[in-house]
Amino acid sequence: MLAVTITIPDLVTFVLAAAIVLVAAIGVVVSRSPVHAALCLVATLFGIAVLFVEQNAEFLAAVQVIVYAGAIVVLFLFVIMLLGVDREEAIGKDPLRAQRPLGVLLGLLVLAEVLVLSRLSWPIGQPHVAGPVGGPSSNVADLARAVFTTYLLPFEITSALLLIATVGAVVLARRPPRSAGQPGAATGQPGRATGQPGGAIGQPGGATGRPALDGASQPDAADETGTVRSPEREGAPR
Amino acid sequence: MTPLLSLLVAQVPALRLPQVDYFALLPEIVMAGMAFVTLGARSLTRRGLPPAVWTLVTMATGLASGTLAVLLGRRVETHGAFAAVDGALAVDGFSVLFLVLVSAAVVLFALAAHPWIEREGEDGAELLSLGMLSASGAMFMAAANDLLVIFLGLEILSIALYVLAALNRRRAASGEAAIKYFVLGAFSSAIFLYGIALTYGATGSTNLARIGTYLAANVSTHGGLLLAGLALLLVGLGFKVAAVPFHTWTPDVYQGSPSPVTGFMAAVAKAGGFAALVRILFAAMPTLRLDWQPVLYALAVLSLVVGAILAVVQRDVKRMLAYSSISHAGFILVGVVAASAAGAASVGYYLLTYTFLIMGSFAVVTVVGGPADAHQDLEDYRGLARRQPLLALGFAILLVAQAGVPFTTGFLAKFYVLTAVIAQGGYVLAVIAMLAAVAVAFFYLRLVLVMYGWAGAGAGAGAGAVGPVGDADAAGAGEVVLPAGTTSLAGVGAGGGGEPDLAVLGGGGGLALATATSTGVEQAISGEGLVAAPEGLAAGDGDPVPFPDATKVVLALCVAFTVVFGIWPAPVVDFARHATLLFGLR
Amino acid sequence: MSIPGSWFLVVAAMLFTVGAIGLLVRRNVLVMFMCVELMLNAVNLTFVTFARMLHDVGGQAAVFFVLVVAAAEVVVGLGIIVAIFRRRAGATADDLHMLKG
Repeated sequence: MLAVTITIPDLVTFVLAAAIVLVAAIGVVVSRSPVHAALCLVATLFGIAVLFVEQNAEFLAAVQVIVYAGAIVVLFLFVIMLLGVDREEAIGKDPLRAQRPLGVLLGLLVLAEVLVLSRLSWPIGQPHVAGPVGGPSSNVADLARAVFTTYLLPFEITSALLLIATVGAVVLARRPPRSAGQPGAATGQPGRATGQPGGAIGQPGGATGRPALDGASQPDAADETGTVRSPEREGAPR
Repeated sequence: MTPLLSLLVAQVPALRLPQVDYFALLPEIVMAGMAFVTLGARSLTRRGLPPAVWTLVTMATGLASGTLAVLLGRRVETHGAFAAVDGALAVDGFSVLFLVLVSAAVVLFALAAHPWIEREGEDGAELLSLGMLSASGAMFMAAANDLLVIFLGLEILSIALYVLAALNRRRAASGEAAIKYFVLGAFSSAIFLYGIALTYGATGSTNLARIGTYLAANVSTHGGLLLAGLALLLVGLGFKVAAVPFHTWTPDVYQGSPSPVTGFMAAVAKAGGFAALVRILFAAMPTLRLDWQPVLYALAVLSLVVGAILAVVQRDVKRMLAYSSISHAGFILVGVVAASAAGAASVGYYLLTYTFLIMGSFAVVTVVGGPADAHQDLEDYRGLARRQPLLALGFAILLVAQAGVPFTTGFLAKFYVLTAVIAQGGYVLAVIAMLAAVAVAFFYLRLVLVMYGWAGAGAGAGAGAVGPVGDADAAGAGEVVLPAGTTSLAGVGAGGGGEPDLAVLGGGGGLALATATSTGVEQAISGEGLVAAPEGLAAGDGDPVPFPDATKVVLALCVAFTVVFGIWPAPVVDFARHATLLFGLR
Repeated sequence: MSIPGSWFLVVAAMLFTVGAIGLLVRRNVLVMFMCVELMLNAVNLTFVTFARMLHDVGGQAAVFFVLVVAAAEVVVGLGIIVAIFRRRAGATADDLHMLKG
């Protein structure tokens, strides 16, 4: 039923773009360095943009490159460099033993399902609900008409989303408050004391030596000074 | 006009903008707009106004949007339900109920967060405006009639909550909770979105009403794609409402987030998620009922059982409430399984009462928690009745209401859900739900008994010698004996669960325990060695727990709602009964 | 209509699967975010393909909104990471062990 009208350039473009997308996506998952992963992500996004162009979505292809590759990946790279976390990750060890095979198994299951589905005819719902695509008028005009008529409300409420993103970034990036008399500022010294390996189990100083003020917020304070990387055991077993 | 431009104008047909019914949108506009105004005012005042100002502004916003929602409800009653803004928004009894619910949650959140803001020295304007924005997202979710609007509402709700969860910057666990919430939330959003895409492909629209009519007209032409889409939608929303097996983030996130935020998260995220779930299933996919009903059945049973079992073995109160919220999610799912108008109404009623119960509970957890939300152990609640009798009394009422004791809204909520499912013939599910309710009631009663100093709790039982299960002299009612059994069981479970600190306590820490009667075992573990540092500081009488005025108000509101409408249920029940959907099941 | 839409849909499904596997397998939080981006892109490709198959621009409009959401999500997510990891070095999820589970 297929393969009648496929032209060679279309086929070549599709195969190349799809190969880039999938290979680069696998590259994101398996590369050890976050920087390499980010670069692979760029390749995936370009491949997707090509696939967009092939399907009469020129505007979205442009936006894809500008927003994703131009803004989002740059943001990723910026954070990687800012934090200096571009050290390599030991992919070999995984404390959650079950998770990796489970993830791969899940993936294979989904893949099998996809292949089964792909042999069926992909169904198509009711066409032309929000306006045509690939018609005489340009893609941008079609898209703009849909966004400002059928999708007017979603378009308006994305403004709230952007506001939240802005406020969230500002709030999160600020230094934590350290008002005087608060535990966060006051307990740096005792925090170090508890962290020493020599602390015995009974630790008489532990109970009496600490001011009542900082009681249970101790581990946090210790953590914040950066001298102790101690797992704070707060919960009970689940 | 240049020829080129006139040519363009001639070619492009006129853009007919849809009519925007601003009155229908007003509750959301007020909520989001006031968040914007608050942020603007905060950035214009250099030294900042006192936190009380922001609290009052937020409360006023919540009240205003709630009032507008009620007015909208009047209009729906007289003129009937309608779709607004080119069919993107459904204005019906169901959405009005959730608009009121979210507005109430915002008022309670402002009150509950006020003591926390003052204690932690955080900026109230940011916290509360993010809360308002998040609430507007939940409102859009509840009123949405389009899958894309649901998705955007979900994202507004979630992204604001990610920031709120990270807001306790003096506590490292807060950031950790935020990142866990974020990663799993983004994962579930992506799954949900893929579900939207597949549903769109299978039906040709993202509009719920159009999907509904399309599915009603074209029965089972191509199952696979639509069913895959439905499954992905259910998984995505299952994460958001914390139904088992998609619940694993809940305890960690609830424990790590700032306490008032946890309450808000529990109330509003659950409300938004369930509203969207009901709307999608009942309005767009009632024809697929035979496909989604068994799935939800399984989710409900799993949530009920797992939530009940795991709530009982927790020692951290916030984790306990997390598991109890999972159990509540199971109950609400029972109402969804009913797949009837009564089911939708019972879901709305349950969520409305749950909002008051959980916000009040977390208001108490906020003040008991102390600086940086550190005191969350069960032992920190020991003897709370002596230290703050009113606080303990209010908390006890909210807890027994959550357990489903008669003459409270908690009981009525469970009752209506069960009635709805029994009317549809779900007897087995109703029995399972009732058994799970009994099991989870032990946990609530244990907490109550601990507050009133009547029972030894998990730590005491784990340490063996020093765990006086002192209920023998506390009233001979059978009700009291049973929790004692569970508590010792819980202690054993906690001890056997690979928690080294309990073993240490049983051996070396015995002396310290004997003096302190019981301890909150927040210990620091260094290097290789275990250091059990009893930091409960004579928890028998414990630190003085403050009882700020704002907490008094929020507790009074929640208790009053719970008890008054538990005894005189008519107004709220009528309100919920009007919560019918514009499209789909009636 | 040159290349059949189902080919694109299969590519998108495979991309989504790769992203989901990556999210479950990787421990580096930044890479986990990138895997979320992969998943969102797979959804975008699905939407665009359906838009072509249905001759309906609504699918393309949906991609428009997904782009906004992805941008907002990344900003907040990276903000949280920066807030946390300014305190410590390394960004693997195994370093997050304060809360169990």
